[in-house]
Amino acid sequence: MKITRAEVEHVSRLSRLALSEAELDSLTGEMDAILDYVEQLNSLDTEGIVPTAHAVPMENAFRADEVKPGFTPEQALGNAPDTAESAFRVRRVIE
Amino acid sequence: MTIYDLTLAELRDRLDRRELSAAEVTGAYLERIAATNPQLNSFITVCAETATVEAEAADRAIAAGETAPLTGLPIAVKDIFNTAGLRTTCGSRILGNYISPYDATAIGRIKAQKAVILGKLNMDEFAMGSSNENSAFGAVRNPWELSRVPGGSSGGSAACVAARQAAAALGTDTGGSIRQPAAYCSVVGLKPTYGRVSRYGVVAYASSLDQVGPLARDVRDCALMLQAVAGYDPADSTSVDTAAPDYQAGLTGNIKGLRIGLPREYFIDGLDDDVRRAVEQATATYRDLGAEIVEVSLPHTAYAVACYYLIATAEASSNLARYDGVRYGLRAEQAENLIDMYMQSRAAGFGTEVKRRIMLGTYALSSGYYDAYYLKAQKVRTLIRQDFLDAFEKVDVLLTPVAPTPAFALGEKVNDPLQMYLSDIYTIPVNLAGTCAMSLPCGFSADSLPIGLQLIGKPFDEAAILSAAYAFEQATEWHKRQPEI
Repeated sequence: MKITRAEVEHVSRLSRLALSEAELDSLTGEMDAILDYVEQLNSLDTEGIVPTAHAVPMENAFRADEVKPGFTPEQALGNAPDTAESAFRVRRVIE
Repeated sequence: MTIYDLTLAELRDRLDRRELSAAEVTGAYLERIAATNPQLNSFITVCAETATVEAEAADRAIAAGETAPLTGLPIAVKDIFNTAGLRTTCGSRILGNYISPYDATAIGRIKAQKAVILGKLNMDEFAMGSSNENSAFGAVRNPWELSRVPGGSSGGSAACVAARQAAAALGTDTGGSIRQPAAYCSVVGLKPTYGRVSRYGVVAYASSLDQVGPLARDVRDCALMLQAVAGYDPADSTSVDTAAPDYQAGLTGNIKGLRIGLPREYFIDGLDDDVRRAVEQATATYRDLGAEIVEVSLPHTAYAVACYYLIATAEASSNLARYDGVRYGLRAEQAENLIDMYMQSRAAGFGTEVKRRIMLGTYALSSGYYDAYYLKAQKVRTLIRQDFLDAFEKVDVLLTPVAPTPAFALGEKVNDPLQMYLSDIYTIPVNLAGTCAMSLPCGFSADSLPIGLQLIGKPFDEAAILSAAYAFEQATEWHKRQPEI
């Protein structure tokens, strides 16, 4: 086994996904099969190989620090499930 | 010939000579969509009202002599592009009611030319899938055979162009999501080099792999669409400041002396006999056209799918963290506290494949596994990219199949994620290498399903694959066949 059900449950909390018992069961088997498949990468010697994070070689992209028009508060809040004045409203974070 | 049978280039000609108006063209397409969409389900949203207004504006521009290449031409776009004032779902329940407050740069560019946007096209949820069966808005059917998938994730885009519901479409390609559905539906699809087209306003899946590109009925139309969206965008710092050449001017039909490489690792067990035969015939056509055919090697091909499913899922797990039910998207109302609200909202909003990829990516990035999985995959990515750069020392273009088989049946692979992933085995390496490739029709299987040919080009040399594709198209008739729908 590459991954246990307990590890899958832990990853679901890291992922902020409330998964059902049935989902945890099926994901354990599926993730195990996928991790078994990707194991083949270990047959390659990658000692000294520089990792590629980005396919096109580029340096940092800088831009001028200019003030430009952005969203109005109405636009920014337009899709929010719950708002109060010009803010997104959520449940109390600190009791 | 009916209006919706005309290509972009033919429509341009008739609009310019005032034989047709943009309003007539748009009306004909809206009727066509209404007649065929119940069978295909390729559109999530049809924008009849805004399209009609856009067509009237295009007609005024044409009357005033202010015509751009796409003015008045009917385009549809994958529902991954933000479109101001219209719903953008990305095929997900979690964005089911999301109204874009702005336009993606690619959308802004076609709108600036006064193209008419007919609607938003169905897709696998968050572009994760190879069959379009992962859409929260239902599967799309292949117009050639309704029991088959159209491919994915731009399945709605490919089906729509094949069924003449729009003259051309925009899609995105992270591991083959333009090319594989283009092959399954017998249309031309192009994935540009990473950085060629702005990703600004495109809902992110795997940011180091995602790229915007066109799907069209022939190579000339594909070139016209690429021209419209290509180019540097200050809003996307990964777009590259390299001028795009005049793609149409490069379509001469003459490819004498072009060096075409056949990567031997692509012609292996598991490649369907009909696909192999069609690609071999295409190779013979190229030889007859004066190309030089050379066998080459891409030695790390077999590792590409494993590499991709670590990198893409890791990036996805990070990108999709933004769906938390706070600023936009679905919110679960029953939650006890804030964390529970995040967890319930995401559980209710995401489908099975999206959850699977978030989980896999989170695991690959998690403490203790980062080096073994994510970093290892990034190093293998370097080897895969180097394979392509080495091959392009010897040849100008690579020729391969797009997918190992023609379109599979709906339901055939939904319960076997690994088998589904392997249908992208020939397209994934190109995204990892970051270079450009296209799919074009090259034949049909014994049971009359379309087969696609893949041409892979050097980084930023879309002109070379378009030119090679155009020469093939001039010598063959495959692109002229249409599904009976």
